[in-house]
Amino acid sequence: MRLRLVPQETNYDFFRWRKTTFGASMVAMVLSLVVWLSVGLNFGIDFQGGTTIRTESTQAVDVGAYRAALQPLNLGDVSITEVFDPSFGADENVAMVRIQAQDGEESVTAETVNAVEAALQQVDPSITFPSVESVGPKVSGELVQAAVLAVAAALVAIMFYIWLRFEWQFSIGAVVALFHDVLLTIGLFSLFQIRFDLATIAALLTIVGYSINDTVVIFDRVRENLIKYKKKPLQEVMNLSVNETLSRTVMTSGTTLIALIALLVLGGDVIRGFVFAITWGIVVGTYSSVYVAKNIVLMLGTKRDWSKPDEGAGTNFGTPNA
Amino acid sequence: MLQIPLWKRVVILGVVLLGVLYAMPNAFYSRVEAHNDAAAAIEAAGATPEREAAASAWPDVLPSSLVNLGLDLRGGAHLLAEVQVDQVYAARLDSLWPDVRDALREVRDEVGTIRRVDTEDGTLRVRISQAGGMAAALETVRALSQPVGTLTGGTQSTLDVSGSGDTITVQLSEAERAATDDRTMRQSLEIIRRRIDEVGTREPTIQRQGEDRILIQVPGIGSAEELKALIGTTAQLTFLPVVGQAASAEADAGPGNIIHPSLDEEGVFYILERSPVVTGEDLTDAQPAFDQNGRPSVTFRFGPSGARAFGQYTAENVGNPFAIVLDEEVISAPVIREAIPGGSGQITGNFTVEDSTQLAVLLRAGALPAEMTFLEERTIGPELGQDSIEAGRIACIVAGIAVLLFMALSYGWFGILANVALMLNVAMIFGILSAIGATLTLPGIAGIVLTIGMAVDANVLVFERIREELKTARGPARAIELGYERAQSAIVDANITTFITATILFLMGSGPVRGFAITLGVGILTSIFTAIFVTRLLIVFWFERRRPKTIEV
Repeated sequence: MRLRLVPQETNYDFFRWRKTTFGASMVAMVLSLVVWLSVGLNFGIDFQGGTTIRTESTQAVDVGAYRAALQPLNLGDVSITEVFDPSFGADENVAMVRIQAQDGEESVTAETVNAVEAALQQVDPSITFPSVESVGPKVSGELVQAAVLAVAAALVAIMFYIWLRFEWQFSIGAVVALFHDVLLTIGLFSLFQIRFDLATIAALLTIVGYSINDTVVIFDRVRENLIKYKKKPLQEVMNLSVNETLSRTVMTSGTTLIALIALLVLGGDVIRGFVFAITWGIVVGTYSSVYVAKNIVLMLGTKRDWSKPDEGAGTNFGTPNA
Repeated sequence: MLQIPLWKRVVILGVVLLGVLYAMPNAFYSRVEAHNDAAAAIEAAGATPEREAAASAWPDVLPSSLVNLGLDLRGGAHLLAEVQVDQVYAARLDSLWPDVRDALREVRDEVGTIRRVDTEDGTLRVRISQAGGMAAALETVRALSQPVGTLTGGTQSTLDVSGSGDTITVQLSEAERAATDDRTMRQSLEIIRRRIDEVGTREPTIQRQGEDRILIQVPGIGSAEELKALIGTTAQLTFLPVVGQAASAEADAGPGNIIHPSLDEEGVFYILERSPVVTGEDLTDAQPAFDQNGRPSVTFRFGPSGARAFGQYTAENVGNPFAIVLDEEVISAPVIREAIPGGSGQITGNFTVEDSTQLAVLLRAGALPAEMTFLEERTIGPELGQDSIEAGRIACIVAGIAVLLFMALSYGWFGILANVALMLNVAMIFGILSAIGATLTLPGIAGIVLTIGMAVDANVLVFERIREELKTARGPARAIELGYERAQSAIVDANITTFITATILFLMGSGPVRGFAITLGVGILTSIFTAIFVTRLLIVFWFERRRPKTIEV
C-alpha cells in the first residue's frame, strides 16, 4: 500500500488559468508593495536600533501596569507585547519590552536598562529578565545596508547561474519568481506587523534558495523535454514538464512543510517569526515556480534547438560517475 | 548494470562512519564536555583524582570535539565595541612634546622662547617668539620624525610638520596614523583577551571586525554590563607632576597643563603637567595588598626603564607632590619624601578589598590604549538558551519522525532506505559541525530541521525518476541506473543555487544568522552526498542480494 498524494500519471492543464493566476500574482505583488509602503515593516532593533528586554514572571503580564511604570522614565517610544507560546508552563508569563534608540547614545546605557528593570520590578517583584539586547543606530544602519546587499547579491548570483546553465529567458523567469516570493513575504510581514529583523533576512534568503531549487527542477525537465519533443509547442512541453515533476514537487514541499510545521509549533517563540517566514515562503515559492517562472518563460519564448551542446549556456555536468 | 567498484564502496562507507564517529560526542554532551575540561585542567595544572575520573569518563581514542553552542543557546554576553583609535594620536603627541621642547631649546638663539598652545584637534602647536627663525625651527622638529613604511611600499615620515606665522603645527602623518591604528587595535585585542582570561571563562570569542571594531562574546557571564565593567575600563595609570590645586574643572590650568578631579575628595581638583613621568605601560606587576594601616592597597613594580625614570624624577623632586592618576581621576597625590630608586611602590586610596583586587587585575593586564564605545550589547540568560535547546530538540525529533513516516509510506522499501540515509545525513551534519568547530545557534537548529525536510528532495527526485523509467526501461536494474543518471543534473543545479544563497548568508551574516548559513550549507553538501552515494549503495547492496524481477518504488 502506498501513499500517493499525486496520481501516477497526471495531465492537468497548468496553463488553463494562466492569465488569471499570473494576474493574481501580479496583483498580490502590487498589494504587497502598497502595504509595505503605506503600513511599513515592523523593524526589529537590528534594523532600527534600540533595546528589547524579555521579561518573565510567575504572575500574569499586565501590559497597562508595565506601561504606566515606564511612563515617568521618558524613554520615547516604548512598546510592550505579551508573548504566548504553547511550550510555556502556567507560571511562565513572558513579555517583550522594546525601547527606541535614545538620542545621542550609541547603545542604550546600563543606567537606562537598570531604570527600566527597577521600574518593572516595582510592578511585579517576581519578574526576571532572561535577555536584554541593545543595538546602536550606527550598527543598525550598517545592518540594513548589508541585508539589502545580501538579498540583491543572491538574486544576481542566481540569475547569473541560471543564465549560465539554461537560457536568459529562464533566468529572467526565475528571478521574477524570486522577486514575487520576497515581495509577498515582505507584504505579509507588513500586513501583520510581524517583527522584521536580521533573522527574517536569513529567512528571505532561504526562501530564495528553496524557491529557486524548485524552479530549477522544473526548468531542468523543460530543457530535457525540449530536446525530446522538438516539434511540440512550448506551452505543451512546459505543461508536460510540470505534470511530470508534480509528484516530486508535492513530495518535497510536503516533507519540508512537515518539518517546518513541527518547528513552528514546537520550536519556541524566539524563532517563531523566522520559521513562519520560511514556511510561508515555501508555499509561495512552490506556487511561483509553476505559475510565475513558467509563465514568464512562455511569454519570452526560448530557443528550440537544444541539440548543440553549448550556446552561451554552460556545460552540463549531470553525468553520473558512481 | 548496477555496479559500484569495491574501493568506492569502502570510501563511501568510510566517510559515513567517520561522520557518525565525529557526531557521537554530541550525544553525550555533558560527559564529553567534562572530559575535555578535565583534560585541559590536567594539561594546565596537573592531575587530581577528580580530574582523572572526569577525563576517563570518555575514552581518549574517540573524537572529543563538540559542536560549540552559540550564545543564544548557552547564554552569555555579546558586545560589539568600537575603539576610539584617534585618542591615541593626542597621547602620542603629548609624549612627543618634551622632545620637541628640548630640541627647540637647543636652537634658542634663532627661534627665541617657545610655548605650547593648547589644541583640541589632535595636533601639537608650538608658538615661537621669533617668527624669523621658523625655517630653523621646522628643520629641528622635522629631525624628530622617522621614516615609516606605507601600505603601498613607499616610505613616509611619521610626522607632518608645518609652520605658519609664528606657530608650528605637528601632527601624525597618514601612514603613521594607519600604523598607529593597527597597533592600537592589536593592543586592545590583546588586553581584552588577557582581562577576560584573568577571570577564567570558557571559550570566549574575541575578534577584530573591520577597521576599528572588536566583537566580544563570553558564554556563561551574567550580563553584558558585567562584561563591560571588566573590559570597558581603560585603566590608564599615569604618574604626573602636580602644579597646584584648583577649585573647579573649569579653572585656568595654564599652557601644557590639565585639570583632573580627585577620586575621593569631593570638589578637589589638581592642576597637573600634561606629560607623564611614567605610565602604566612601564609596570611589570601589580598585586592587591594592605598598607601599614591595614587598608586595601595595590603594590606595583616598574620595569627597568620605568624604574630609572621614576627614580630620577623622585630624586629631583623631593618635597614636591606628584599625582597617581587612573582614568583621568587622581587616586592620590602624595608628597615625595625621598627618592624611590627601587622601582616599586604602593597605591593607597579609598579602596575596598574588591576594588584593589580589580585594580590590580586591570593594571596587570595593561591599560587599553584608547576608550571604547559599545555599539551593540546582548545578554541572554542561560535558562532561555536551555529552553531553546529543549524546544529545538523536540521539534527536530517530531519533524524527523513525521518525515520518516511520510517517506516510508510514499516509497515503501526505497523510502526506508532513504530514511536510513536521512538519519546518517543528520549525524554527518553534526559530525562536520564538530570537526570544523562551527557554532550551533538557534537559527542553526532551524537550519537542521529545514535540512531534514529538504534532504529527501534529492532522493525524491531519483525515486520519481526511477518510477518513470520503470514504465519504459528494460528491467528494474536499468530503471534504477537511468533514474540516478537522469536525476543528477536536476539535483546538482537545484542544490548549487541553494548553496549560493547559503554562502551569501554566511558572508554577510553574523552570529546566529551565520550559524544558520553553516548548517544550511553543510546540510546541502551532506544531503547530496547521501542521496547520490549512500542511498545508491544501500539500493545496490539490497539489489545484489535479492535480484528482484520487478520493483515497486
